[in-house]
Amino acid sequence: MTTESEENQGDEMEATTSKGSLSEIAAARQQKQPGSNALGVGLEARGVHAWFGEKHALANVSLDFWPGTVTALIGPSGCGKSTFLRTLNRMHEFIPTAAMAGEVLLNGEDIYAAGVDVTKIRLKVGMVFQKPNPFPSMTIAENVLAGLKLAQLKIENKDDLLEECLERAGLWAEVKDRLNTHGGALSGGQQQRLCIARALAVRPQVLLMDEPCSALDPGSTLRIEETISQLSSSVTIVIVTHNMQQAARVSDYTAFFLSDGGPGQMIEVGSTNDIFSRPKDERTENYVTGRFG
Amino acid sequence: MSTVEKVAAPKPRKPWAATPIDRSKTAGIILAAALVSFAVVAITPMKGKLAYAAIFFTAYIIIDFVVSYQKAGRPAAVDSLFRGLVTTAIAIAVTPIVSILVTVWSRGHKGLHWTLFTKDMHSNSFTDPVGQGGLLHAIIGTFLLVIVAMVISVPIGILTALYLTEIRGRFTRPIEFLVQAMSGVPSIVAGLFIYAAILIPFTKTVNGIQGSLALAILMIPTVARTSQEVLKLIPSDLREAGVALGGTQFRSVALVVVPAARSGLITAMILGVARVAGETAPILLLTGGSGTKNYNVFSGSLGSLPNYVWQAFSAGTPESITRAWAGILVLLIIVVILFTAARVLGNRKVGKK
Repeated sequence: MTTESEENQGDEMEATTSKGSLSEIAAARQQKQPGSNALGVGLEARGVHAWFGEKHALANVSLDFWPGTVTALIGPSGCGKSTFLRTLNRMHEFIPTAAMAGEVLLNGEDIYAAGVDVTKIRLKVGMVFQKPNPFPSMTIAENVLAGLKLAQLKIENKDDLLEECLERAGLWAEVKDRLNTHGGALSGGQQQRLCIARALAVRPQVLLMDEPCSALDPGSTLRIEETISQLSSSVTIVIVTHNMQQAARVSDYTAFFLSDGGPGQMIEVGSTNDIFSRPKDERTENYVTGRFG
Repeated sequence: MSTVEKVAAPKPRKPWAATPIDRSKTAGIILAAALVSFAVVAITPMKGKLAYAAIFFTAYIIIDFVVSYQKAGRPAAVDSLFRGLVTTAIAIAVTPIVSILVTVWSRGHKGLHWTLFTKDMHSNSFTDPVGQGGLLHAIIGTFLLVIVAMVISVPIGILTALYLTEIRGRFTRPIEFLVQAMSGVPSIVAGLFIYAAILIPFTKTVNGIQGSLALAILMIPTVARTSQEVLKLIPSDLREAGVALGGTQFRSVALVVVPAARSGLITAMILGVARVAGETAPILLLTGGSGTKNYNVFSGSLGSLPNYVWQAFSAGTPESITRAWAGILVLLIIVVILFTAARVLGNRKVGKK
């Protein structure tokens, strides 16, 4: 499974030599607007805008997420990165005044097109939230398998799936003897990995993580980051983080968001290496070197 | 180079909202359900408004279920089935309320007359033609009764809630139990209690304050229960933050907890007023029903709207019954005014949300 992602990165390396730097390619992609050709695989945002009532919160973000990559969204608070994340699995529309524009393509199909079943989208694009939120009325095992019940999916061997998901989330060794106890007794970091296992159980193609480590201690954060690295070969991951070291550690690509008082915009996107070592934009450089924000 | 160029923002859209096609489908289902209900009522022996409504909702739920089953499969169909059931439940719950309002308006507005608000009944009888005499004395009486009852019960109720949530002393559990039990006290019991405890041994006559005391007994549990629920919702972080800044518990509660719960506490007060505004039994027993204006709650018979309505209905002529409906209408309007005022006051300069 790891070879797959190495292959992907290999492709990127070739692209670098033939067409210029990764960030130039990324910047070129960024100009993609609604209606242009789809990559056909992975998740692609095309000219996404978001509003809360009259407030224009996010302007014109175009960003591709290749299968098997980890993309970090960084930027100061209020720059629209969480809002953008929530447009990717249609959670944005839970806010009554919310509106949007643009396209989000999953495997080439617009998830906002008429007649799309929103529950199926959220099955394919999973989410892990900022605060660990295991369901309090369920045991650890029931939590992991909750998605199957909620989405009414049939599966042959639940025990295998349970073990596999907890294993992938890096939690199996710690909880295998108490699968039938309640999740509330776990530590914050364990709860968050339980939530990751829960998200994995419905086999999403994309996993959105909204500051998954902001409520956790460094040790738990490290465990989650290891989990992310292990998952990245099989799941496309988009992670919002305030921790730039974390972005540098876990992600293949990094997108920098900023609001200059108006709507949040994506200032720059590129390989994580480029963004942190030779950013194109002065504002990105100021942010990643800690001079503001 | 990677700066995003300023592009004219496209029009905000809501791809998740119902499209015109969805709306027309819903309209079609409603139409079909209506047709079914007409057809069934025409053919079968089931008759009347109730039959129309029952068949309409049943047909709507079934058709909606089938349509969404065809379109999106079983999970979506179950989803819309439950949406239909919930909508029906709401309709059933709202029907009597709307029906009451419509009835009160349609019967009461004939009795509405300018003199209702400028005259009292000291020189008129209930059987006089509508337009002679008025309700002023009863409006004044009801306002006095409710306001005095509020002045007594709101502080007691909120302090009880503060005891239950903030002090959490040894008596928390028994008091919680008592408050819950008291919220079921029938109003006539509160009335009889004051009658036996104050009217018989001491005053030996009717007056306003006795009525207010009985109403306060009814209000306290409602105010205390609701305030307690509201105060429970205030996160303990806030209390700790207040105390951590060096405040005493009193300062922390007064400056942090209560202001944070303010709009909820106002709701508690409103619910208390709602509980007693139209209460009749204790009033009949304790305050009398004078037809003359009386501004003093401490002495003399005090007229009130419930009492006025009761007397007017008892008189039994067409004129007096019209007067009674007008009295009910005025009572409803006063309750609405009280609610609106409390809401406006409660929402003013509230920090959060």
